[in-house]
Amino acid sequence: MQDHIGVQTEDFSLAEQYALLCQQNRQDGAVVTFVGLVRDMNQGNQVTGLTLEHYPAMTNKVLADIVVQARARWPLGRVRLVHRVGPLDLGDQIVFVGVSAGHRGDAFAACEFIMDFLKTQAPFWKKERSTQGEYWVEARQQDQHKAGRWGDKS
Amino acid sequence: MINVLFFGQLREQLGQEQLTLNEVPPTVAALREYLAREFADKASQLVAGKALVAVNQTMSDEQAPLAAGDEVALFPPVTGG
Repeated sequence: MQDHIGVQTEDFSLAEQYALLCQQNRQDGAVVTFVGLVRDMNQGNQVTGLTLEHYPAMTNKVLADIVVQARARWPLGRVRLVHRVGPLDLGDQIVFVGVSAGHRGDAFAACEFIMDFLKTQAPFWKKERSTQGEYWVEARQQDQHKAGRWGDKS
Repeated sequence: MINVLFFGQLREQLGQEQLTLNEVPPTVAALREYLAREFADKASQLVAGKALVAVNQTMSDEQAPLAAGDEVALFPPVTGG
């Protein structure tokens, strides 16, 4: 199958993910990858790390559905999606999205679409550790707007 | 019987991960009303529009009917990625 969806506590290798998108792939001229990282500042707080919780029975279903939606919009080759859960430190990798396609426009658009939908639909919750203590990250209106830009296409 | 799961901040506020109800409320809205009464002071996040609801791992609205054996999850807006 051309799609891979993984939810895991272990780290992932960008080089390995990229290699899997390219391996024996002669038809796609474009590969776009995105990696999300734990950063040191969020909503004014000095972050020292975070823990990601998810709803295991639902997560894969939602991620698979987002990939199906992306494939309905653009002609894509391979799609790989990896999301980590559990405790993470500053600078750690959280999420990987990789898309191959015949042309770069489709690959760029699909990669951004998948991230926008993942951020607003996939059942993950972040609890940040900061110098001010621990707190759950609030969903941002900005992310809703970003996902809303793509409009309906069902 | 239905199984109700809580995640994230809601799980912490309610102080439990799940709960089994022998009597099945007819809809998501009815379940929410029941939980709001049951958890009284701890229930601010249960208000419609705050906690999202998934029935059998699919996002659902307030009118969605419930049936025996369903897995219903309530959780705050998601913040992954």
